Amino acid sequence: MSDERASQEQAPQKLALHDRHVDAGARFTPFSGWEMPLQYTGIIDEHEAVRTSAGVFDVSHLGRVIVDGPNAGHCLRSVTTYNVLEMRPGRAHYSLYCNDTGGIVDDIFVYRLAEERWLVVQNAANHAQGLALLGKSCEAATEDITESTVMLAVQGPEARAALTRVLGRNFQELAARRCAQFSWRNTSLLVARTGYTGEDGAECTVERSLAGELWDDLLAAGVKPAGLGARDTLRLEAALPLHGNDIDLSTNPFEAGLGWVVSMNDDTPFIGRNSLKSLGTEAPSRQLSHMRLLDRGVPRHGYPVLDANSPEAGPLATLTSGTFSPTLRTGIGMAYLPVALAESGARLIVEIHGRAIPAKVVPRPFYRRDA
Amino acid sequence: MEFPENLLYNTEDEWVRVDGDEAIIGISDFAQDQLGDIVYLELPELGTTVKSGEPFGVVESVKAVSDLYCPIDGIVVARNDGLVEEPQLVNSSPYEEGWMITVRMSEPNKLDDLLTADDYRNRLPQ
Repeated sequence: MSDERASQEQAPQKLALHDRHVDAGARFTPFSGWEMPLQYTGIIDEHEAVRTSAGVFDVSHLGRVIVDGPNAGHCLRSVTTYNVLEMRPGRAHYSLYCNDTGGIVDDIFVYRLAEERWLVVQNAANHAQGLALLGKSCEAATEDITESTVMLAVQGPEARAALTRVLGRNFQELAARRCAQFSWRNTSLLVARTGYTGEDGAECTVERSLAGELWDDLLAAGVKPAGLGARDTLRLEAALPLHGNDIDLSTNPFEAGLGWVVSMNDDTPFIGRNSLKSLGTEAPSRQLSHMRLLDRGVPRHGYPVLDANSPEAGPLATLTSGTFSPTLRTGIGMAYLPVALAESGARLIVEIHGRAIPAKVVPRPFYRRDA
Repeated sequence: MEFPENLLYNTEDEWVRVDGDEAIIGISDFAQDQLGDIVYLELPELGTTVKSGEPFGVVESVKAVSDLYCPIDGIVVARNDGLVEEPQLVNSSPYEEGWMITVRMSEPNKLDDLLTADDYRNRLPQ
């Protein structure tokens, strides 16, 4: 999970809530130019808290941009693959920025706050790029609110109960993938029922000066601090891709299983449309696949993957992501496999420190909360 | 953080408990804390020859892989197979239930090269 693109010149930026994290016992790691909590009580402990009760992640490192004005929607539509104009106010949707050849520049979440007001959330590593893209393409006002706000993701089966204690009974009315303002103390929060863990919950964006109180309120409501380590094991169990690992400029949405956020039915130009149109009609030669180990070991990004039926052919792929799954208690990973091998049940070998560990392709996700 | 006085330590964060001509080996409280939640270990088979300063196995946490460095020379005569099912014992009990291997020493004199608890503690980053 290290980020080689972190600035060489400057020390990583501290989060607004840095001192709260220190008080909660955080161990920090630099990530995309930010000093981020990696863990507090332990990755597995925090992972299990999110799966069984509720955890809170400070995800303020994510780029947050407001796009506002009569052309905001059309501008956004022209730079992202999903037809965001189909979103009614109060909705949230996943999308991608692609380049001219259909490579994935970033994955983002788009929130339509009002008819002409949008929030775009981008990966920290790609924030400058995304901001430039929006600024260049949009006559609408774009405002980078990353530094003036804090974003806390509350996730887990008890998350909504905790958020109801903090925000009041109105919070119960927020449906999945909806966003709304909720009054809290003397201000209001933007709350979206979205997340990156495979659990229910919500992501709250609050002005920086009041973020400490929100953090305190959430902890008082029984929510447990959780860091980047658990965030990665959780999202991988939920089979959610990580840009820079599972998707990047060298991958297109169709081979990554993300064709569902490429909207072609509106005939509106958007960056990459022509290439994506061709790619969408061809059968991909490889597919982002999900696998679990059948023996002990910890699969990690970069480890070679072979066909168990013809290991002499050598590695066919390398893992884009891999970890020990605390919930399944086995190794899990993702890799782009040739389509013939990308079928559930296909037998693979993952090479771990020179040892051949058997694995098999499984359907996504690895973990489903209602299973 | 604890560093029992009755143990010896190497610079790679392993400890040794001497029992006659045998040495029981594990990793220190500092090492388990640095690694985080341990999920997997590779430990040598019984009868394996181990040498001081060389890797004898691997310990993996969720976020890291680390070689285990042997503090002494000898032959592996016991291995804690309980760590297969419960690798987290290394985190919760690094000096007791988290013991890894027992080695019959071939050169007990080399124990003199190891560090006392105080020397080991003083070397750790503050």
